[in-house]
This record gives sequence, C-alpha cells and structure tokens, in this order.
Amino acid sequence: MVRVDERGKSGSLIEVRGLDKTYRRGNEEIDVLQGLNLDVDKGDFVAFMGPSGSGKTTLLNLLGGLDVPTRGSVTVAGDEITHMSRGKLTEWRARHVGFIFQMYNLIPVLTAFQNVELPLLLTKLSKAERRKHVETALEIVGVADRMNHFPRQLSGGQEQRVAVARAIIADPTFLLCDEPTGDLDRKSADEVMSLIRRLVEEYGKTVLMVTHDPLVARQAKITLHLEKGVLVEAGERREGVAAGGSS
Amino acid sequence: MLAKLLFGAAITLAALVALLLVVVVVGGILAGLLAPFLGSVPISYNLRSLRARWTSAIVAVLGIAGTVGVFVAMLSLARGFRATLVASGSADNALVMRAGSTSEMMGGITLDSIRVAQDKPGVARDAAGQPLVTQEVVGIIPIPLISTGTDANVQVRGVSPNVLAIRKFVKIVEGRMFTPGLDEIVVGKNAAKTYQGLTTGQTLNFGGVHWRVVGVFDAGGSSFDSEIWCDARILNEVLKRPANIFQSATIHLTSPAAFREFKDAVTSDPQLNLEVEREVDYYAKQSATMTRLIEILGGLVAAIMAVGAIFGALNTMYSAVAERGREIATMRALGFSSWNVILSFLFEALAISFLGGLIGCVAVLPLNGWTTSTLNFQTFSSIAFAFKITFGLLVMGVFFALVMGVLGGLLPALRAARRPVAVSLREL
Repeated sequence: MVRVDERGKSGSLIEVRGLDKTYRRGNEEIDVLQGLNLDVDKGDFVAFMGPSGSGKTTLLNLLGGLDVPTRGSVTVAGDEITHMSRGKLTEWRARHVGFIFQMYNLIPVLTAFQNVELPLLLTKLSKAERRKHVETALEIVGVADRMNHFPRQLSGGQEQRVAVARAIIADPTFLLCDEPTGDLDRKSADEVMSLIRRLVEEYGKTVLMVTHDPLVARQAKITLHLEKGVLVEAGERREGVAAGGSS
Repeated sequence: MLAKLLFGAAITLAALVALLLVVVVVGGILAGLLAPFLGSVPISYNLRSLRARWTSAIVAVLGIAGTVGVFVAMLSLARGFRATLVASGSADNALVMRAGSTSEMMGGITLDSIRVAQDKPGVARDAAGQPLVTQEVVGIIPIPLISTGTDANVQVRGVSPNVLAIRKFVKIVEGRMFTPGLDEIVVGKNAAKTYQGLTTGQTLNFGGVHWRVVGVFDAGGSSFDSEIWCDARILNEVLKRPANIFQSATIHLTSPAAFREFKDAVTSDPQLNLEVEREVDYYAKQSATMTRLIEILGGLVAAIMAVGAIFGALNTMYSAVAERGREIATMRALGFSSWNVILSFLFEALAISFLGGLIGCVAVLPLNGWTTSTLNFQTFSSIAFAFKITFGLLVMGVFFALVMGVLGGLLPALRAARRPVAVSLREL
C-alpha cells in the first residue's frame, strides 16, 4: 500500500518522513523537495511523474542512498539510511537496492555476463554459484543467448534487459528505475516494461520508477506526481493500491 | 663481441622471465590474500579499459619505459665500472704502498722495505721458496684511440716477471709474456682493441724506447685489461725514476685469512713506513668516486625524467577518470566502495607502469656486456668497462616504475572515488 502523507502506518518497507532537499547554486538556494512523506509496502510498483526539474531523480537518489537529504529521514526495512556513513551506505546499497538507469549504464568493456555478475563480486558466492545466478537472471530477462556479447553488440532493448538482470541479480529489497524506457523505441519499451511488471507480479519485487511517459506510468500500481517539492497522488489506483492517507 | 652481447642478452632475458614469474606468483598470492579486504572490481575491467584507451596508455607506458631504461642503464654503468675495478683485486693479495698513500700513483717504496715486508708471516712462496711478490711502477702515456684517432691516457704498469703467479686470473691469450730485461710489452685485451698499434708484433714508442708488443693478456674483465705491462726495472729507467724505488708491491698471501697477521706484522715494524691494504679493498675504494658520480648524475637524469613520466601517467589516469565518470558512479551505485575504486584505478596505473618498466628493462638489455671507457679519476688513465645489467638492477628498475605508477595514479584514483555518485550518474 502506498501513502504520501505522514499518517502512514509504521512498518512499511520504505518510510520517508519530512524529506527536504535544497541545492545551492551560487548564492541562490533551490528547494527541490519540501517535507516529502511516502510509505511503500513490499511488492508495490510506484511511478513518479512530474515536469523536468521537479526533483524526481533527486527523490530516487535519496531513496537509493546516492545522495543525502537536507532534512528528514528515509527508512528502508527498518534501517534509517539518512544518518549512515558513506561506507555503511555503500554496503547497504549493495544489499538492498537494484538500479535501472535510462542510459542502461552497462560497463562497455565488460560482457553482458560480466556486467550482470558485478554486484555478485561483492558477495561471498563462489565462481560457480555466481555463474549459476547470472545465467538464471539472464534467462529471466530473455538475453541468455547474448551473455558473451559486449554492450556495443546489443540493441538498446537488450542492453536494458541486461541492466535489469544486473539490478535483480543480488535479490535487492527494492528496485529504483530512472526513466527505464526513456532511450528505447516503443516496442523495446513495452518489452522492458512487461519484464519489470513480471518482476513485481511473479517475483514480488518492489519497484519505484521515474518516468515522463504516461503509457509507461500506467503500468505501475500507482502514479505519484511531484509538484512543488511534494508528492501528489494522480489518477486511479490499480490493483493493490490504496488511497493516500486512508488505511 | 656479438656472441658476448647475445650471451649477455640471453642471460638477462632469462633473469627477466624469472623476475616476471616472481612478480606473477607474489602478485597472485598477495592479490588472493588481500582480495577480501581490498575489494573486487574485476581486473578484466581495468585491462580492457586500458586496451580501449590504448593511445593515451601507450604514451604513459613509453614515458615510464624511457625513464626506467635510463635509470637501469646508468646504474648498470656504475655497477660495471665498480665490478671492473673490484675484479682487479684478489682477497689473498695484499697491496703495499707508502704510508698515507691513497693511490699507487702517489709516493714510492724502496726495494729494501719490500724485502723486509716479504719476509713477514703469511706471505706465500713459490716452489723454490721465493716469496710471491711483484714490485710495480705505473706511468701514463698517450696513445691514439682506434675509434677517433685522438690520444687517450693509457696506464703502463711495470711488474715483476712472476706477476702471473701472483695475479692468477691473468692469462696470456696471444703471443707470450715479456722477457725480463728486454724492451717488450704485453697488453690487456681491451687495450689491444681500443688503442692504435697495440697488436702483437707491432712496436710502440714511448720514453725514447721502441717497445715490441709480444703478447696479449686477458685479465678477466678487470681494469688490468686496459693496461700495458712491462718489466718494472726497465720502466723505472725509461721514466727516469730512481732504481729500486717502486710505487707499490703486491704480495700474494698463503690465504685470505693470513692478511690480518701480515698487516699487523708490517704496520707494527718500526723500520717500515708502509700502508697495507687487501688488494680487493683497494680497488673497491678506487671505484668509489666514479661510481658515486655516475650514480648521482644518473639518478639526477632519471629523477628529472621520472617527473615527466609521472605527469604522463597523471595525465593518462586523469583523462581515464574523466572519461569514465559514469562507469565509476555506476559501480559505486552498485555497492563498490571508494576503496574498491581507488584500488582499481591504482591497479590500472600500476599495470601501465609495470609494462613501462618491463619495456624499459628489455630495451636496455642489449647494453649488457657492451664495453665503453672512461677516465679513472684516481689514476687519470682510461679504463674500459662493460655495462653490467644484473637481476637486482632489473628488479630495481621495475620497482622504480611501480613507484612512478603509484605517484601518477593515486591522485586520479582519489578523485575518482570522491566524485559525488548522483552527479556523475548524470554525465553523458
């Protein structure tokens, strides 16, 4: 169940309370997020929309521990991440977050297999176990036959599928997707979205996604708009999505 | 000459392969031991990134290779010079000079003093019971070089006829030994190849005497190979020096251990005013000034070149960090720590410098065994010596390269690790 006010029940997978983010540009202070609240339960699929510069990516970065808020807190699975040291935050990211980026962000000199294997290099899995995991992930996203290809040898859709495999390989607590279809044609975008939806529906993954595309946003259980630094619920909820503020 | 060069190259190449094996084995063990603590960005990432940016990497590699080449060449020059002089001495020979002399060029000792000294304990004797002693005088004469035709100072050493029994490593390799009392000379193998008119059968004019070259000797690569030897008494006459006055005497001892007893006996004798030194120590001291000079000059040149090479490595690594900002940020987002990133980029810098070090070492290998000559500041005569590239020098060269790699890679690696992840992820 997703809520965007501070009455959200305690014990949600992701709890955001009073989140502020202010950037300084010269002498000017820009308030991007202002007292933002959010509760996301396990298995939710949330789309964030909003105009450029509204703070969608900033919110994603704060939820993923890539940036620190000016005020407020982010708690994930009971861990408050806003006061963690850089080192702890890095370890936390490796355990809990899977990232999917608009430009795929695959390492160009590594093969698809090696790109997907990267997060597992931080675990204690043996080489054989890593191989098994990577092959399974690549099977799930449908590019097992391209595992020895380098990113330049893959289409955009295939690259994003590899990126999805990389995001899920370490079985993270939730996935953060920043415009996952922003660089894809419609057909590839549909394929990637159906893959992400499958991760939610079949594998129970929690997904938070930023997008500009209403068609893409419509595939989430709920779409939230970022307006003037706060989240506003938009449109009707689909299956499993509760109205904001009500229990 | 070619055969010797090839042999030297083969030996040093074998040393290099051994060095490589040691580095791989030690590196592998260290990497294995440290991996759990240092992180796990795959090495293939760095190696392939280097390959992808090979043009800038090659500039850094060549800069480091050139520096290491000069570094190893200069040190091998110093080692070669020192080895040549040290090889001139034997542990079981004692050099006797006038007290206070630092070189056999200085001062003189009488035949009477030598006779008293040769009766002291520890002195070896021949089958006839005669002490094994060579009384020696040295002079400098100008002889034109074969290569340029210009004069160079050549040391002429007057020796006793039994000198080959005292310096056992010296062998006549062509012709014969000079006949005592005659105007005959034998020449060192390097002198025969370097100076005009010193081949067997030719005549050399100096001091108003026509000296006949009757043989060539091989002194095992020592400084004697650059000398001309003749009868000490004849040379004394020619140089118009008093008879029975010599500049030094080399006394063969019964064993190296007999040196202390012999020295104590000579220095404690009130009628003798002599300096006694182990021959090998004397020549080691003779090499010190020139060796230090070469090392300082070589070190200076290598240091200046190293600054350039480090800037080359810095430039390469900074551009690598700039080009791969988003890759680094992606890895940080995936959970790789700052340490992982620092070590990864340091590894890359070390790979560049290691390759540069190896190329530098290989590039100077043909110099091994190559003979050159310089002025010995102690005797003011020319001395031929060979570049001596040893396994230790190659290790030093590679280590020097790795130091340059660390210096050139550390700052860019720190920059890579410190960049804000969220900002770098937005880079195109």
